[in-house]
Amino acid sequence: MNAPGKAVSSEKQASVTLPWTEMAEGGLVPRGGTAASVKTGAWRTGKMPVIDLSRCIHCLRCWIWCPDSAVILDGEKVTGFDYDHCKGCGICEQVCPPKVHAIQMVPEGVEG
Amino acid sequence: MPTLKELARRPNPLTGGHSACAGCGFPQAVRLVLMSIDEPVVVAGATGCMEVTTTTYPNTAWTVPFIHNAFENAAATISGVEAAYQALRRKGKIDREIRFVAFGGDGGTYDIGLQSLSGAVERGHRFLYVCYDNQAYMNTGIQRSSATPFGASTTTSPAGDVVPGKQQRRKDLTAIMAAHGIPYVAQSTIAHWQDLTRKVKRATEVDGPSFINVLAPCRLGWGTDPSQTIRLAELAAETCAWPLFEVDHGQWKVTYVPKNKLAIEEYLKPQERFRHVFEDETGQLLAAIQKDVDEQWQALLARAGLGKDGKA
Amino acid sequence: MGGVNGHVVTQRRRMTMTGAEATAEAMRQIHPDVVAAYPITPQTDIVMRFARYVSDGVVQTEFVPVESEHSALSAVVGASAAGARAMTATSGPGFALMHEILYVASGYRLPIVMPVANRALSGPINIHGDHSDTMGSRDAGWIQIFSENAQEAYDNLIQAVRIAEDPSVRLPVQVTQDGFIITHGMEIVEVLTDAEVQQFVGTYEPERYLLDVERPMTVGALALQNSYFEVKRQLAEAMVNARRVIADVGEAFGRLSGRYYGLTEPYRMNDAELAVVVLGSTAGTAKVVVDELRNRGVKAGLVKIRVFRPFPAQNLRDLLRGTRAVGVLDRSDSVSGGLGGPVFAETKAALYGLPDPPVMTGYVYGLGGRDTTPEMIESVYEDLAELARRARDNYAEVVADAALAGHYLGVREPGQNGSPHRHGAAKLGER
Repeated sequence: MNAPGKAVSSEKQASVTLPWTEMAEGGLVPRGGTAASVKTGAWRTGKMPVIDLSRCIHCLRCWIWCPDSAVILDGEKVTGFDYDHCKGCGICEQVCPPKVHAIQMVPEGVEG
Repeated sequence: MPTLKELARRPNPLTGGHSACAGCGFPQAVRLVLMSIDEPVVVAGATGCMEVTTTTYPNTAWTVPFIHNAFENAAATISGVEAAYQALRRKGKIDREIRFVAFGGDGGTYDIGLQSLSGAVERGHRFLYVCYDNQAYMNTGIQRSSATPFGASTTTSPAGDVVPGKQQRRKDLTAIMAAHGIPYVAQSTIAHWQDLTRKVKRATEVDGPSFINVLAPCRLGWGTDPSQTIRLAELAAETCAWPLFEVDHGQWKVTYVPKNKLAIEEYLKPQERFRHVFEDETGQLLAAIQKDVDEQWQALLARAGLGKDGKA
Repeated sequence: MGGVNGHVVTQRRRMTMTGAEATAEAMRQIHPDVVAAYPITPQTDIVMRFARYVSDGVVQTEFVPVESEHSALSAVVGASAAGARAMTATSGPGFALMHEILYVASGYRLPIVMPVANRALSGPINIHGDHSDTMGSRDAGWIQIFSENAQEAYDNLIQAVRIAEDPSVRLPVQVTQDGFIITHGMEIVEVLTDAEVQQFVGTYEPERYLLDVERPMTVGALALQNSYFEVKRQLAEAMVNARRVIADVGEAFGRLSGRYYGLTEPYRMNDAELAVVVLGSTAGTAKVVVDELRNRGVKAGLVKIRVFRPFPAQNLRDLLRGTRAVGVLDRSDSVSGGLGGPVFAETKAALYGLPDPPVMTGYVYGLGGRDTTPEMIESVYEDLAELARRARDNYAEVVADAALAGHYLGVREPGQNGSPHRHGAAKLGER
């Protein structure tokens, strides 16, 4: 039992394990972008994208259309995929220009 | 208009790790819209797929300030945020430029949130409302909305032995928003990133409310392969089922006229929600959908002062 | 702070005002950052007056004339989360339209302050005062402060800002006044100076807010089975904390104004044997009855519940301990199958387990603005005297019967064509 009059500070964190007295008030998530810690790559079934960087023209179509922000860039250049977040939808392969054809969906676990 | 290389230099407003379906269409709408805005933004989101998948406690995928209030009130909520901004700015408590954006799906925008949206734009708050339109209530399990197109099968307009899917036309919300006489209204898709980013730029430049209706295909509700999400949005524009246009201070302009307007079946065929259309051996349903699309396309061309061939 | 057309109050003044005027005056002096409101009778006069202050430049408040009460509260939730001191105001059906968002406001712990001109709920439609609207939200996590008259409506609103924003509370607050009876009734109200009010409410400096773009946060995440309950547990604790804060703020306000406020207001309860429990404007009428009965030697007393949420259970236990019979007056009905209204139910619960508790019975009165006369209230004391007398011989049975009996006060019963007034055969104390 919390002592009456004790403020529950919003500087506390969002948590699903801490007691209510130690959680940020009102269901607040005090920091942005924390979902990045959730590894939705585990959802991938069957296929995963691989990129042949020697073919890639860095048009960034795969990057802008990836629903999971799972195309890794170094500045303006594609360097690969973030498999922690990639759900294997295959949009990247589809939007890669046909003449370039740098991205292929391959059976899970045979990349590299 | 920014290039993709320029956009790539911007901070990502929506991280991965959200729980949208593989191949979902709304995250691209969110990223394209928010990366097109130079100023810091504060976002309100209506209840729906976007909200539940990006803000599952204790995490958030948003790297910008985000508020969810309820299903039908994203516009009213952002109008309150904007009012607070005006008041605090007047009092000297805030000195920087901030832009305000609300996102809602078609259910939260065309249907239950329409009053709130109409009221907020009528009051002239300076904010951009973006409807990510996937043409049904996807979050609750693919029920029809007033955005569901004629003929589509949903769980509350199922294609049955007697009734072949939804029997009503899609509500033309973009035109309804234009009728409010607000400075800027547009329609685009997640596939047309140049078109969309330009429209967002324009929408946040104008001094007043603006609205953009963005087609964001839903692979689950449409019954399509997850890899085809962007392609379907392209086909929607190529068939003129979802024309790209804008109404800038009352001036209607079609921003994309396909060189070869594709037949509607090109767009419908990959979609499970229209399968019954192709099982109808008489072809009547397909013809009716084509007729509906053509009529609306012609009406849009006329409104924009273009001829039937889409030329001036 | 505005300074137009004599709208600055630099000296305390006693003015003739309606409750609505006094409320608008308090809002002007509080000077919130954002007010979003929709007109509804009998709240309208509050909003119209405030809109006039905005148009005349008397206040710098951002006024948002929304298209519905649902949007009024939605906008205020947005404004409050954004870091603004935000207010709205409503009545009856408009209040009901806000219902969904009431829980959002409290769940997000937003210190919104909302004057409520109490009005009956449809149907049938009725514009007059009863407490059905407020009582319908008693589990919504809002602090609920009832006002007896225009002065209290004014005083309570000013205190509400400090209560709502207290770091150990951070809850939205409803400050109610009976529709028409208070909102449109003329009374003498003492108005504090603008500077006094400003100093009392202080400036609002939220710890975190949406417009702080350097520290992006998410308000209103989807909290499932693993977290929702904890958030509601925090809310429950804030309401516990509110008891102490309301008492402290009432004390501080007393030091400023000479008018002290607590959770409850006992009236001639010291040696009272027969007590009535009541909220709002009817407390004023009942006080007159108590005085009259005391003149006749009847040991009558009154407990006014000023704060219904948090519920002042301990105060009621302390005040009603030692009485012989208690009548609880509800200006709303729970339609609970003959068990009376919410105030009756909660007062009974508060006294549970007291050794030798009084006989308690409940009365639903004044629905839809039905006039409640001193004679009606006197008839309650007559009933209480009778219950107390019967309980001497047959305590257990009388207590049990009375506790399950919800009465309707001032309704036309069979045989009462024309007049709903109930009169005892002989007046109490006149034998």
